[in-house]
Amino acid sequence: MVKQRDYDVVIIGGGPAGLTAGIYTARARLKSLLLEKGATGGWIVNAGVVENYPGFPDGVNGLELADAMQQQAAKFGLETLTAEVTGLDLKGEQKIVKTGEGDITTRAVIVAGGSDRIKLGVPGEEEFTGRGVAYCAVCDGYFYRDVPVAVVGGGNAAMNEALELTKFASKITLIHRRDELRATKILQERAFAEPKIEFLWNTVIETIEGEDTVKKLQLKNVQTGEKSTLNISGIFVAAGFRPNTDYLKNIVDLAENGAIITNEKMETNVPGILAAGDIRANSIRQVAAAVGDGAVAAIYAERHVTSK
Amino acid sequence: MSKPVEVNDSNFDQTVLQSKTPVLVDFWAVWCGPCRMVAPVVEELAGEYEGKVTFAKLNVDENPRTASQYGIMSIPTLLIFKDGAPVSNIIGFRPKPELKKSIDAVL
Repeated sequence: MVKQRDYDVVIIGGGPAGLTAGIYTARARLKSLLLEKGATGGWIVNAGVVENYPGFPDGVNGLELADAMQQQAAKFGLETLTAEVTGLDLKGEQKIVKTGEGDITTRAVIVAGGSDRIKLGVPGEEEFTGRGVAYCAVCDGYFYRDVPVAVVGGGNAAMNEALELTKFASKITLIHRRDELRATKILQERAFAEPKIEFLWNTVIETIEGEDTVKKLQLKNVQTGEKSTLNISGIFVAAGFRPNTDYLKNIVDLAENGAIITNEKMETNVPGILAAGDIRANSIRQVAAAVGDGAVAAIYAERHVTSK
Repeated sequence: MSKPVEVNDSNFDQTVLQSKTPVLVDFWAVWCGPCRMVAPVVEELAGEYEGKVTFAKLNVDENPRTASQYGIMSIPTLLIFKDGAPVSNIIGFRPKPELKKSIDAVL
């Protein structure tokens, strides 16, 4: 347990948005603390190679990019603490960040806690998690060598999962509830060109079934109502993300999906509470955007702290 | 402060299965991002439970026999062994308080 401590800025979340904010606030000589529940890096550590972050013509490994950002922030004096945030209290100008490691007081908070994969919420998903139901192809694709798998989703995450799985699985069936993909064109083109990937359109998963491990999916076509069975050994869920804002309900304004509403300065409706990255409403979930958000949030957090 | 020990296919039986104290084994791999989130938490726990629980790491890439024997299909997975058998199974990243609960439940 740490004693109650006082900071100028507390940053919640150690992904690209939080680390960038930390680089800026620490470099601005504000007493800055970054809270992260695991290790720094955020979702890019799951991404394998990041191809569209400027400055890396050959792409950059997500883990390496996160490490470099972390080192850069530490160089300017950003402190980090491994702790999960459980609540946020407002006391006049002061904010009290409640964590598993004790309370921390601060003048400004930058919320950059990102989002987690949405679960499908179908029977069998919980039961078979880790035994055929998976959420990270970079992590778990290795365990599905030469067997058929499915990916559910139609966005960039689903395409990336399916493309990653072509290294291991014998066949990948991509299940999507609509008849077109949300994913960016270049990823669609790659997925369509990949002979191992097959598409099942207008289809949803009704149940995940198996014995010790997953054996099959019960599917339903949402247009015709026709039901079918797909035999697979693994199902990778990439059906969207949910912002990690449970502790912020009734504190700052949230959009319907739980994302934080900000203005163009990354400010929420509460002075001194800012947000950056994937946790913001209408985030485009890109490293470059998260980095931009982090810089903007840091600048306006600094103005909030120094204007008093 | 006590650190997690590296275990492999050849010393797993001796280090984990024949241990007098419960052993928490962290199944991981170099290419697994979330495994890196678990590692520092496991290191902290190794210090906090010194003498009561042994903490071990097993690289699934280098030790496929043990990984497949225990049906590991997702990493990070933490298995807690007691008297030679797995008694608790934690899949994916979990915050430290939750891990402590799982460990305390088998002590």
